[in-house]
Parts: sequence; structure tokens; C-alpha cells
Amino acid sequence: MNTEGSRVFLRVENLKKSFGGVQALKGLSFTVTAGIIKAVIGPNGAGKTTLFNVITGVFPPNDGSIALDGVSIEGQKSRDIARLGVSRTFQNVEIFGRMTVLENVMVGRHIQSRAGIIGTGLRLSKMRREERQIQESAMDYLQFVGLEHRAGELAGNLPLGEQKMLEVARALATDPKILLLDEPAGGLNTRETEGLAALIMRILERDITVVLVEHDMNLVMDISDEILVMNFGEKIAEGRPKQVKDDPLVIKAYLGEEVDYSDL
Amino acid sequence: MDKITLTGQLVQYLFTGVTVGSIYALVAVGFNIIYNVTEIINFAQGEFVMLGGLIMVFFTVTAKLPLPLAFVLTVVAVTGVGVLMERCTINPIKNASVLTMIIVTIAVSILFKGIAMFVWGKNPYIFPPFSGTKPIFVLGAAIQTQTLWVLLMTAVVVVLLTLFFKKSRYGKAMLACADDPEAARLVGINVSIMILISFALSAAIGAVAGAIITPISLMEYDRGALLALKAFGAAVLGGLGSFYGAVVAGVLLGIIESMCAGLVSSGYKDAVALIILLLVLYVRPSGLFGNVEASKIKEF
Amino acid sequence: MQVSNRKYLLGLTIFLALFPVVVMNVGAIGHYLDVMIFVGIYSLITMGLSLLMGYAGQISLGHAAFFGLGAYTSGILCTKLSMSPWLAMVAGVGLTALVAYIVGVPSLKLKGHYLAMATLGFGVIVNIFFNEEVYLTGGPSGFSDIPGFTVFGFSLDSDLHYYILVWCLVLLALVFSLNVINSRIGRALRSLHDSEVAADAMGVETSRYKVIIFVLSGVYASVAGSLYTHYVGFLSPSSFDLFLSIKLVMMVVVGGMHNIWGALLGTCLLTFLGNEWLHIFHDFDILVYGAILLAIVMFLPEGLVDLAPRMGRIWKRG
Repeated sequence: MNTEGSRVFLRVENLKKSFGGVQALKGLSFTVTAGIIKAVIGPNGAGKTTLFNVITGVFPPNDGSIALDGVSIEGQKSRDIARLGVSRTFQNVEIFGRMTVLENVMVGRHIQSRAGIIGTGLRLSKMRREERQIQESAMDYLQFVGLEHRAGELAGNLPLGEQKMLEVARALATDPKILLLDEPAGGLNTRETEGLAALIMRILERDITVVLVEHDMNLVMDISDEILVMNFGEKIAEGRPKQVKDDPLVIKAYLGEEVDYSDL
Repeated sequence: MDKITLTGQLVQYLFTGVTVGSIYALVAVGFNIIYNVTEIINFAQGEFVMLGGLIMVFFTVTAKLPLPLAFVLTVVAVTGVGVLMERCTINPIKNASVLTMIIVTIAVSILFKGIAMFVWGKNPYIFPPFSGTKPIFVLGAAIQTQTLWVLLMTAVVVVLLTLFFKKSRYGKAMLACADDPEAARLVGINVSIMILISFALSAAIGAVAGAIITPISLMEYDRGALLALKAFGAAVLGGLGSFYGAVVAGVLLGIIESMCAGLVSSGYKDAVALIILLLVLYVRPSGLFGNVEASKIKEF
Repeated sequence: MQVSNRKYLLGLTIFLALFPVVVMNVGAIGHYLDVMIFVGIYSLITMGLSLLMGYAGQISLGHAAFFGLGAYTSGILCTKLSMSPWLAMVAGVGLTALVAYIVGVPSLKLKGHYLAMATLGFGVIVNIFFNEEVYLTGGPSGFSDIPGFTVFGFSLDSDLHYYILVWCLVLLALVFSLNVINSRIGRALRSLHDSEVAADAMGVETSRYKVIIFVLSGVYASVAGSLYTHYVGFLSPSSFDLFLSIKLVMMVVVGGMHNIWGALLGTCLLTFLGNEWLHIFHDFDILVYGAILLAIVMFLPEGLVDLAPRMGRIWKRG
């Protein structure tokens, strides 16, 4: 586990988001300290993925603020938020199926270069150099997640577990300061989940703050520094794993869910 | 000959506009019926109108059948074409992407055009108006009686469709499919029969449109594309998927087009509908009566 | 990827070099040279469309408009202002790029059928403009007496000359396109096509790239239009109509949308069919054309480039 960081890196205040008549986020507030792992848990429909989507700019919020290291990012577009150091993976794996594994990660390096269309079309030497650099660093990220042996294969042909790892490699390639993982353990077996936990710890060592949405309580309890519990678009509890585990409101929220209470 | 007054001119343009607008409305309704059930835009919709007109010419002029019989046979024939199209080209590829569907309906429209060109050649055809050529006079304008037939038949189609959707079992099932195909399937509605019916219905409506407009504006083998494009403009203007929206927008579009042709420039007449289409798409894709969520359409 | 592209490029160049030698010595197919020039001109357009459709995942059913803008600009500037054809071509590119940008920005915010219809509408509006502005374009009857190209004072006046000019430009554009595809921008486009939401999350400026590729494809079409003007020497709006826009899309789809070589293949096949082989069918020709298109689109959705691999897969299963 990590020592507590001294500063708040992500501050969400009174975040609201509705779709048509449905209020997905009802005034959510929480903070994430720099350099920790924060888990966001809650029953299905609690608004966890919506939270991620709003933070990363897929939808603008209806109200409230999001501050990244003191800088407001609410309402900005995804591609600008990515450039501010926020990166993510998706609940339904969104890899680029028709591109190779290596190319997927190379797209992650996109914001690190500035080559324009005329330059690339004419294949100037500066472009060729940049291209080589992109390829090399993409390979590094593949090695980091253990997928370098798959570099030339079509991403769509990989099994789910490896696709999830690929998404992580791609997200890391953007050089983020904070990484949002949306159900990274979904569909993974025990061995793969252990590999994931180890990977997340290695990510932390690179000074990247991690926020993850998860249903796998073993994983959550194992690696999180803090937990945020949501239900119906609101915060139910927030704190260290031990505190959250014993919170009666949290237990009540999970009634009816298939959760093994003895593990909580 | 009497000098045509300004009022007379305006009335003339108004009637022309409502007439051609009714055709746009009918074709737009046909678009919506297929779109509501399948989320496909049928680029061959205009060809149903073209076939309706040309087949009607065949039955009345060549086969010399009495008008009502020719009309019924035409509608049946084109409906058959619509069914054939759905069974042979849409149903087999029902899981294909939006882009593939667009390409397929475009290919079908080319095929229909080719068949029409082969059978009828490139010349325009006409058959006599339903009740003779003597015009009647309204407010100083000479109005052909066929115009009134167009308005009447359009109104009849609209009423029949309304009854179909509100009262008939199939009609209500089709509305359910439009709302939520998955739920409809779960409730036991046979979605592929619904798709078949939607194509058959759209073809029939197209046939009616072609049959009633040909005595006024003739019909030729390649009329389909531009007509479909303008009718799509009407459908989008009215809000894609909205039945009444299509009717109102179609007539409105016809009137605007006619007024522009008469008062501004007749050469750019066709451009009017298209410019309106572009404006709607750019500014308010949900149109006049559609809902905003539905206009966030699927990607390829 | 690069290695196989180089092999194809070499093969294509050799084929192009041998083609006129063969064709000009066999009387019966001597005019195939002329058809092949059209294949080259249309290939320039379809390569751009292939980038737009196959790689960026968009669609345009109005590209005949850009073709026409380049053609008419060249024709008008050369006849009315006696401008040099090369300068006029550049002017055409400038005008077309501007129009493509103005139309592209709002249109490419649309998706699916809406985008298809917007581009369709745009194409028809431009065609109506060509028909109506008689003082400028000569209207439906068009205008003629357009001079040919001169290269360093050497006047191009035979099919062979134009064949060489056109295909040199096509090869240049092909190399440029391949470079773009295998670059950061090419990857960005392909990622856009596979998952726009993930591409956004990775910082890819999706809307900007869609517009850039749209404008690039318009520029390709404009150059093709200028080449067409000087080769044919005569312009009329019916050469730049809706049907051409649709044929161009068909060429890309039939050849294989996700592969720029597919554009060349499809253009070659459909141009030969349309300009040559289907003439024996007389009144049948549009019918046969439509039937062939339908068959390929339904049964070979990845296009002709997929024909050999698909046969291979069926063979292995059998």
C-alpha cells in the first residue's frame, strides 16, 4: 500500500448528469489524492461508468465541477482531456480490432507527436524518425503489460484477457498522470486477475494515480488505498477499505446483489 | 385569353406546390415506415414511384385496361417488387453494417433503373388524367382535375395508414418494432415479417404516388433518384420516423419549391429542397417533430 | 506492410509500362488505351474516396461535384483567361479545397445515413449550378475548345502522352496515400473507424482528421477533373452528375473498401465494364451493371481484393 500523497489530484464537486428524464449522477463529490489507487464500487446502475464518461469528456455534465491538479476540466472534449494527462480503458473493450496489437498502442502515442498530413504524405526524414520512435516506445509499453509476443497480430483476434491488457498498454502510452480503469477484471480468471493486480501496482510505481471501477471485491480490497461507494448516482460512503467494509449503508446497498459478505 | 392576375399566379403555385408536395409526403412516409422498423434508409424508394408510373402507363395505354383495374394491378405489381427486393436483397444480409445496407439499396435502385430503361427506354411517358383534361378555375387560376385527385388520394392514403397503425394488429406491431425491436421480439412479434410488411407497404405507397402524378408530370426511367432525395429532405425536415411530420414537411417543401420556382428562378427549383435538406441536417437534424435522441443516428 | 506495398507498386508500374505496348500493337483493342486513361483519372478520385471511406470510415455520395469543380475551373480559366493549364489546375485545387472545407466541417459532424444524404444533396446542388450558370459554364450543352497540356513547351496531343501524364500523377498520389496510411495520421484514421470513442480518449482529433481527409479526397478529385478537361477537351454537366458520384462509391466498394489497391481494382473493372464491355448489351447495360454491383456487394462484401483469400478459405473448409 502507498503512503498518503500530500495533494489532492482529482477533485469532483457536486457532479450532476441526466439523460432525458433519468438522473445518472445526482450531485456527486469526492477527491482522489495523488499517487493512490482509488476504487469506485456500487451495484449495477449506480452511475460508475457515467462518472468515468463525464470525467473523460464523453458527455458534458449538467452541473458541478471537475478539477485535475487544480485545473478545471468539466465540459471539455475528450481529446483535450487526454492531452491534460487523463487516460482510460473501457468496460466493453474498445480496442481497434482491425489494427495490429502494436498499432493499437502506437495510436496511444498519437498526442506525443505533431506530424501533419503533408509531412507524412511526403515521408520527410523527420517523420520517419518520429515514426521509429513511436514504434519503439509502443513496444516498450507492450513489454510492460507482457504482450510483446503478440505485437504483429490483429487485435480483434486476441482473447478477451489479452485485449484488456492491450487497452491498458494503449492507455499508458499516452503518458497519463491519472489512469481510469473501467472494470479491468471483468471476464478475467483468477490467474489473470492476479496478473492485473500486479500490473496496477507497477503502474503506481510510475507515479500514475489509478482510479478503478470494479465488481471483483477481492481485487478491490486487496489493492485499493481508498474506496468510493456509489448507488443511484450518489455517494454512499468513502474512505479506507476497512471503514467502508463495515459501513451499514454499504451493506444495505448490496442487499440482493451476489456478493459474498464474508469477503467484504 | 384572360390576363393572369398575381393572385391567380400565387394560387397556381400553391396548387402546384401542394400537388408535388403530396408526392414528397407519400415518399417520405414510405421512407419512415421502412426506417422505423429497420433503421435502414431505402435509397430505392424513388424507384417504387417510377415503377408505379410506368407500369400504370403500361396497363392503361398498352393493355388498355379500365382505370380502376389498372390502378389496382399497378399497386399490386409494385408491392410485389418491394417484397421481392426485401426477400432477395435485404433479408439475406440483415446483420450487415449501415454502410453495406446503404450500398445495397443504392445497387438495387440502379438495377431497377436499368430494368426500366431496358423495358421502357429513356423517353418520358404519360397516360390520360383520371377525369379528363378540362381544368377548373379557382381564384383566377386554372387547376387540372388530376391535381385534386392527387390531393384526394394522398389524403386517403394518410387516413388508411393512420387507421392501420392505430387499429390493426399488424400496424400496432409495427409501431412497437419502431419503438424497440428487441422488446417487440421478446413479446413474440415476428420482426422479419414486420420488415417484409414495411417494404411491401412502402412500395405500395410509392406506386400510388407514381400512378397519380404521372398524368401531370410524366414519368421516365431515371426520375427516382432526385425524387427520393427531396423526399428524404421532407422526411428529415419532419423528423425522421415521424409519420405526420413527413406529411406536413412534404407538403411544405412542395409549396416552398413551387413558390421559389415561380417567383425566383425555375432553374434552381430542384436545389431548393436540397438546400433545405442541408440546412436541416446541419442545424437541427431532429427536424420539426422528431425527437433529439433519435437523431443521434448509428455510425457505420 | 511496407514490403508488400512496394511489391505491388513495382508490379503496377511494370504493368502500366507494358500495357500501351501490347494494346497499341493489337488493332482490335487499340482504344483500350483511351479507356485506361479514364481508369487513371477515375482512380485518382477513388483513391481519395478509399481513404475517406475505407480508412476514415466516412462516406461521400457527392464526389462528382469536386471532380466537376476541378474540371470546370480548369476549362473556364484556360479558355476565358488563357491561363496555363498547370496554373489553372492549381487554381482548381484551391477552389475545391475551400469548398470541401466549407461543406466538410458541418457535414462530417453527421453520421451514417445523414452524412450520405448531406453529401448527396451537396453533389446535386453543384450539378444544378453547372447546368444553370450558362454564362460561366455553357449550361447543359457545355463548352469545348479547351486546349491540352504542355509540359516544358512540349505539347501533349496523343493518347499515349496523356496516358503517361495521368498515370504518373496517379502513381504519385498512390505513394502519397500509402505514406499517409502507414503513418500516425493513417493510424488515427483507422482508429477513428474502429472505435471513435476510444480514438477520442487517446487524444485523436477525430473531427479535424475527418475534415482533412475529406478535403484531401476533394483535392484528388479536382486534379482528376483538370486532367479530364484537357484530355477530353469538352465539358458538360452530365459528366458530373449523381450517377457518377454513385459509380465512384461503387468502384471503391466493389474493389474492396478497406484497401487502397481495392480502389484501383474496382475502378479498372467498372470503367472497363461501363465504357467498353457492356456496350454489347445496348439497352441492357445499366441493368447488367446494377446486377453485377448487387451481386458483389451482397456476396463479396469485402470487395474483389478479398476474392482470392475468400476462395482460399472456402477451399480449406471443403
